[in-house]
Amino acid sequence: MTQLVLEQLLNGLQFGLMLFLLAAGLTLVFGIMDMVNLSHGSLYMGGAYLGAVAAQASGSFLIGVLAATLGMAAVGLVLEVLLFRKLYTRDHLSQVLATFAVILIANEVVRIIWGPQPLMLNPPELLAGPVELLGFSYPAYRLFIIVVGLGIATLLYLLVSYTRVGMRVRAGASNRAMAQALGVDVRRLFTGIFALGAALCAVAGVLLGPLLAVQVGMGENILILAFVVIVIGGIGSIRGALIGSLLVGMADTLGRALLPTLLRAVASPEVAAHLGPALASIMIYLLMAGILFWLPQGLFPSRA
Amino acid sequence: MKFLRHSDRLELALLLVVAALPLALQALGEDYYISFATRLLIFTLAATSLNFIVGYGGMLAFGHAAFFGIGAYVVALMMAENITSAWIAWPLAILVAALVALLIGAISLRTRGVYFIMITLAFAQMIYYTMISLKNAGGDDGLPLAQRSTLAPFNLADDATLYWVTLALLAVCIIALKRIAASRFGRALAGLRQNEVRMEALGYPVHQLKLACFVIGAAIAGLAGALLANQNGLASPSQLYWTQSGMLLVMVILGGVGQRYGGVGGAIALLGLEEALGQITDRSQLYIGIVLLLVVLYAPRGLVALWVRQR
Repeated sequence: MTQLVLEQLLNGLQFGLMLFLLAAGLTLVFGIMDMVNLSHGSLYMGGAYLGAVAAQASGSFLIGVLAATLGMAAVGLVLEVLLFRKLYTRDHLSQVLATFAVILIANEVVRIIWGPQPLMLNPPELLAGPVELLGFSYPAYRLFIIVVGLGIATLLYLLVSYTRVGMRVRAGASNRAMAQALGVDVRRLFTGIFALGAALCAVAGVLLGPLLAVQVGMGENILILAFVVIVIGGIGSIRGALIGSLLVGMADTLGRALLPTLLRAVASPEVAAHLGPALASIMIYLLMAGILFWLPQGLFPSRA
Repeated sequence: MKFLRHSDRLELALLLVVAALPLALQALGEDYYISFATRLLIFTLAATSLNFIVGYGGMLAFGHAAFFGIGAYVVALMMAENITSAWIAWPLAILVAALVALLIGAISLRTRGVYFIMITLAFAQMIYYTMISLKNAGGDDGLPLAQRSTLAPFNLADDATLYWVTLALLAVCIIALKRIAASRFGRALAGLRQNEVRMEALGYPVHQLKLACFVIGAAIAGLAGALLANQNGLASPSQLYWTQSGMLLVMVILGGVGQRYGGVGGAIALLGLEEALGQITDRSQLYIGIVLLLVVLYAPRGLVALWVRQR
């Protein structure tokens, strides 16, 4: 039992860190520009596809990751300059419509280029097997994701908390007009943030590629989870995104793995079999509704 | 008909034309399009109900699929219990949708802005995941209907009759919403859109007014869902998924938020475009996306507003 719990804790950590890579960019876009971006999941999908194709062509997973990161950063840059820049001053409704349109276009473009079949992305051979960890074996590739995720999260945290650029980002999230008045070029800053967010999405897409299917529509599922994360954490807060990601990753993973077992202890097996999966899949939404009920601005409100 | 104003007469004339559509289609032998037209009317109803919440109530709700889907599932679940009468199942669909909306709205209305968008979305997703994990609701495959609801004395198994019933319900709902918008309640909602703080200071029960608006919209969506289940012969989980909420919202924005016929215009434009593009290309989603982008950039107040302004 303890081994199962430990293993699921690691899985939860791994999932949470990947969610963080998605949520980090989304929360800044949301927080600084007050912009609802539904197409963030499409960047994630784009990253996974680019990574899978590049890895297949070159035979190297690392090249796949690099190609996806740089490729999606470029795509993010172009999207921001051509489209998103025009949407910042518009109301949320227009942003919903425009970014929903981007989802439709992105899904169709991916279908045109790579066809409707899911792509296969294999983990690097070096990490294909399990490793011994605290007396039980754990897939090496999942451990690798955890390490990379922790590394990126730390770097991002340091970047936002301790550098001059990060200070400007935080100033922008707290009060955009004031930051602008004090001489921060919010426009250029934001183009940078958007490209960075796209790159982080791409990393998450490639890393999760071998675990989940690389297919059209993959972005829509995870996008909602990323939204849940940033709303729980408080929109615009990197710290909130990190805490929120870990909470959601853990709640989702542990809920799915343990809830049916726990329910069996207190209810009849039949009820547990029905209720368990249902409760597990709505766990994170319950968590979010509960947090918003008591803290309508999320855990770490970023606005002054 | 002295009690009808000029605009009312125009609407009545339009209604008669739309009502004659199945006869024309039957004469032309294009019976397939009767089903398509029914679908169009149903989505028009759903989009109109969302437009009431978004446009009149000023609440950007992103979980309308929940009520739309609940209506469908209520009818399908009743059917599975051998209760086929629409006189029982449809009002129940409306009632359940309204009750769920009362609960969701009461909690969600504590938040505002982006947080309201997200919490309504979260509740809708909860309902989606609950329904697909319920075995007797058919799981991922959805719940097929053994037959269409029976609505004595009408025979809904006939496509044209279902069309007329849908049209009649749509007309009733549009008239009711029009009356509501013109009532004291509707005026209070208009005031809320302008300045919520001031309305609160004037002593209006802001929270209750918004909640009532939310519930009315959801109840109509429940009716639309019940109709769609009959039209499709299936209560499908995809009808509950967040992309469905997105689609309905897109229809409203496309038609024009807060325009009386915004929901109508948007649903017809989007589904019509989809159908027309589907005839000539497999890539219709790509072109729809491009059209939506063009609308955002060049017709920000929606298609109906564009038409109204140019007249």
